[in-house]
Amino acid sequence: RFSRAALRDYARLLGAFIAAERQKGLAVEVGVELDIKVALSSLPELQGSEQDQPAVLVQLSSRSRASPKNSEDKILWSGCFCCVYGDDLSENMPEDFTCLPLFLANGAESYMSVVGNWFQKTFDCIFRRLAISPFSLTWMVAMWTGCKVDKATSAVELVFSVPRLPQPLDISYAIHPEDAKALWDTIQKTPGEITQEEVDVFMDCLYSHFHRHFKIHLSATKLVKVSTAIASAHCDGIVKMLHSQYLSGVLMLLTELAISQIQ
Amino acid sequence: TEKMNQIRSSRTPKRPLEVDHKSQTDLSAWRKRGRTDPEKSSQNHQPPGGQKNDINQKNDVGGKNDSQEVSLEKALSYFEKVQGRVSLRNNSALQKHLAAVESIALQHGLPPESFEILLNVVLSGKFADTVNTRLLKSLIPASVIPENSVVTAVSWLCTNKSSGSIQLLFLRWLITVFDFIDHKEQVNALYGFFFFFLQDEKLCPYVCHVLYLLTRKENVKPFRVRRLLDLQAKMGMQPHLQALLSLYKLFCPELVTITLPTKTKTYFKNSEGPWKAAMNAVRQRNQGSTPLTQAVFLGTAQPQSRKRKWNTQLVLPASSARNSEVGTEKYCDLFSTDETFPVEQLQTFPQLLQNIHRLEFPSQMGSVLTNPLLLHYMNCVRDESIYLRLYYWMGQMLQEECTWCVVDNTNETEFKSFLETIYKAECFLQEGFPACEEFLYKSLPLWDGSCCRPEILKLVSWIPLSSSPEIKSYLYGPLAQLFFTSSLYFKCSVLESLKELLENWLNCNVIDMDPEFHSLNTTLSGLVTVVADLIHFVGRLSTVGLRLEKNSTLLLIFVLDFYETVCDMYLKYNLPLLILPPAGVFYPALLSMDSVTLNQLCYIMYRYRTNLVAAKENEESKKKILQFKFSNETYREYNQYITAMVGCLWTSTVFQKDTHPQGLRMDEELLNKTLVKDFKTSFNIVYHPAMLGYSVNFLKQICPEDTTLNFKLIKGKRWDWYLEYLYAQGLEGLKVFIESSINRVSQAS
Repeated sequence: RFSRAALRDYARLLGAFIAAERQKGLAVEVGVELDIKVALSSLPELQGSEQDQPAVLVQLSSRSRASPKNSEDKILWSGCFCCVYGDDLSENMPEDFTCLPLFLANGAESYMSVVGNWFQKTFDCIFRRLAISPFSLTWMVAMWTGCKVDKATSAVELVFSVPRLPQPLDISYAIHPEDAKALWDTIQKTPGEITQEEVDVFMDCLYSHFHRHFKIHLSATKLVKVSTAIASAHCDGIVKMLHSQYLSGVLMLLTELAISQIQ
Repeated sequence: TEKMNQIRSSRTPKRPLEVDHKSQTDLSAWRKRGRTDPEKSSQNHQPPGGQKNDINQKNDVGGKNDSQEVSLEKALSYFEKVQGRVSLRNNSALQKHLAAVESIALQHGLPPESFEILLNVVLSGKFADTVNTRLLKSLIPASVIPENSVVTAVSWLCTNKSSGSIQLLFLRWLITVFDFIDHKEQVNALYGFFFFFLQDEKLCPYVCHVLYLLTRKENVKPFRVRRLLDLQAKMGMQPHLQALLSLYKLFCPELVTITLPTKTKTYFKNSEGPWKAAMNAVRQRNQGSTPLTQAVFLGTAQPQSRKRKWNTQLVLPASSARNSEVGTEKYCDLFSTDETFPVEQLQTFPQLLQNIHRLEFPSQMGSVLTNPLLLHYMNCVRDESIYLRLYYWMGQMLQEECTWCVVDNTNETEFKSFLETIYKAECFLQEGFPACEEFLYKSLPLWDGSCCRPEILKLVSWIPLSSSPEIKSYLYGPLAQLFFTSSLYFKCSVLESLKELLENWLNCNVIDMDPEFHSLNTTLSGLVTVVADLIHFVGRLSTVGLRLEKNSTLLLIFVLDFYETVCDMYLKYNLPLLILPPAGVFYPALLSMDSVTLNQLCYIMYRYRTNLVAAKENEESKKKILQFKFSNETYREYNQYITAMVGCLWTSTVFQKDTHPQGLRMDEELLNKTLVKDFKTSFNIVYHPAMLGYSVNFLKQICPEDTTLNFKLIKGKRWDWYLEYLYAQGLEGLKVFIESSINRVSQAS
């Protein structure tokens, strides 16, 4: 049973588990100083509404032996369990259930698997990649293009992959951010609200523009990645957040996707 | 003669294996000679039958494999019996057997019985070091290594007959294959012997590693600690000694008082050396794909796959949940009631009963599926969260691993065994899992009907009883689609699983009256509706199925099995529902060509009658307060069927009397046109196609000398004899039917 008070104990156990995994077959004592330090902490800032549980941050840092004690440890890997505006899910849960459906990970895959294994064994949970469908990706690009950014530094880019060819073909379609925003502003009727028709119109405009120039129907290909000044998202669940102002909006969307995949 | 040649040439390949054994057993010799040789040598032994080369070559390949096995046995017996020092260079027999052992070891690994022989040879110093090294390097286990071989090897080691380098290599081998030794009690008992070898400087690091693997708490003795400290004083701070000392300190901190550096470094050199790669190769070859219990990291195994494979373990070991209340650890020893019984130690039922008050579910709920004791415990515990956890995990796993719903997944055998595990757990608990039910609803529309078929159909039979309308579209729809378009055997399997589903639902009603566990509001009428829906659904399936399969006997048997359960619902399961089979089932059964189905139909009609009679009696006696009564329509329908049946089998009046709209009523003119003589009696118990075999046998018994089969003889007294004869042949159904439904006017005639 998970309890926030025991975060430091979890950190110790996880640390021992990681050390044991690295040195398979050798006995490891819990509490002995290890090469990799594990820290679990609560992040109360990272939540959406009142009903959301505060996030839990897991950090793996390496202790280098040569440097003096008060030098900073290098962070090897970090992960964060969070829930941003996940009201649908928390409504149906019993009182003392801690529900954090979204997990963000940054770092090497090998650490992710070790940490994930430990959490699965200890708390009986299941980790799965968040697969983002092309449908959700179109929503993301529509929503993020419309966000106001001071200096538009990067273009709005869409990457498509063409299926069933002898050599895989990727098409990258980049649009100047101000042009994209102008297009979206003409489509969106009510600020703050987005409907499915508006998203469809937006995408159709982009597709037909491409078709006019290159005679390729992008609607027949698979949208795998979208990238805007706010954030970029790949269908395998790899997300990059570029603008801190809109962080909670992006996380809210991801939480919603995570919840829909549970049910 | 051509044929004779062919026969001879296909038979002769066996002979070369016995005659020219030498040239075929040694694989390396084959390889040296090149590929043209197999044909040459086989042609030497064949008569000139050119076309048969394919068979010859095939037999040769088979012969090669056989000769591999033969050569291992020969090699082992050679090594067992060889005496004295033999040098490698001059002895072709030794070379040959050595090569045989090496090649087999590299391909499949060595079987357990070979280790003792080979280790004896290696460590007894019979051969030169080159031979010993080659043998040691090929000691790759196919499955396990028996403990005795290690014990005898250590005893040889103590005789010091082998050279230092061989001893070293042996220790390295022992460290590498340590996990493959099947039992370790005797090896543990040799701890002192291993400890003795610490004095040898060259062997010391490896001995330390072996001791590290073997040490248990009882091995840590003060004199051993002192010895290690002495060694350390002599040789300095060696990492292997440190490792052993820190392990001793872990077990008995009071005995090891020196301070040890607490940073864990790699204590032991990786000594897996030449065996590791070969063992991996052998293991992969023997097992095919890597077993699911191994964690496979994304990137190394499946670069294109989008799934993470490290989190899929369908078979979970039960491990105790960790107590997160660390502060209370100190008190655990004082209050033994706080201590939880560790789940890994739960082996027997009495243990479960003794510790039931302090048992905790394991950290991964999925592991209860394979543990019957924990399943018992789950039945007793009323905690909602365990069900939440189990169903969540099960639902996720089923969704992820479903081989026809998920594109990348081609691992059918594992998914099959997972489904089988779930089914066994459901049978054990005698109830279905909601997570499984949801999975079936989601995946049946996408199912192709052949993947994991037996497992899926078995799971269908455990779908819990519920009154939701979803079941119609999610279950009946897809099943019907598959049913109509599939083979006869699939149809039979579906009917069988639907019969079991019906029985499970009926049992639900009888056994479990607790309303908490039903999603139904347990009104009797609700239950009756759901069951009636199922029976009507099966009736429709059966009717169309029989038409499609042209009244196949096999299908009829399964259909009638279903109705055998249906006919007794009132008396056996206490459910006030009586549904007769549709005409599309009744008439094909009545007119079937098989006495088994006819007999079964008779039995079923008899049971219907019994149920109806009992219901009428209850109604008339007015003892119970009845919420129901069978409608007159039911009685009328039954009477119609029974009239047809009696008319058919007994009174020979079926063509006139059968009033059923889909029945056998036909005008006499039409019947005359068929030009069949005596059509009236053509379906009674003498002339019915299903019964004709019996009547013929009967006639042969009563008039053995009469070769013309005069069926008209069977009347009057002989008719009774005939009935007795039929009953004696095992037609119990017919017996009860006739006795119950037919009033014999005159018994004596």
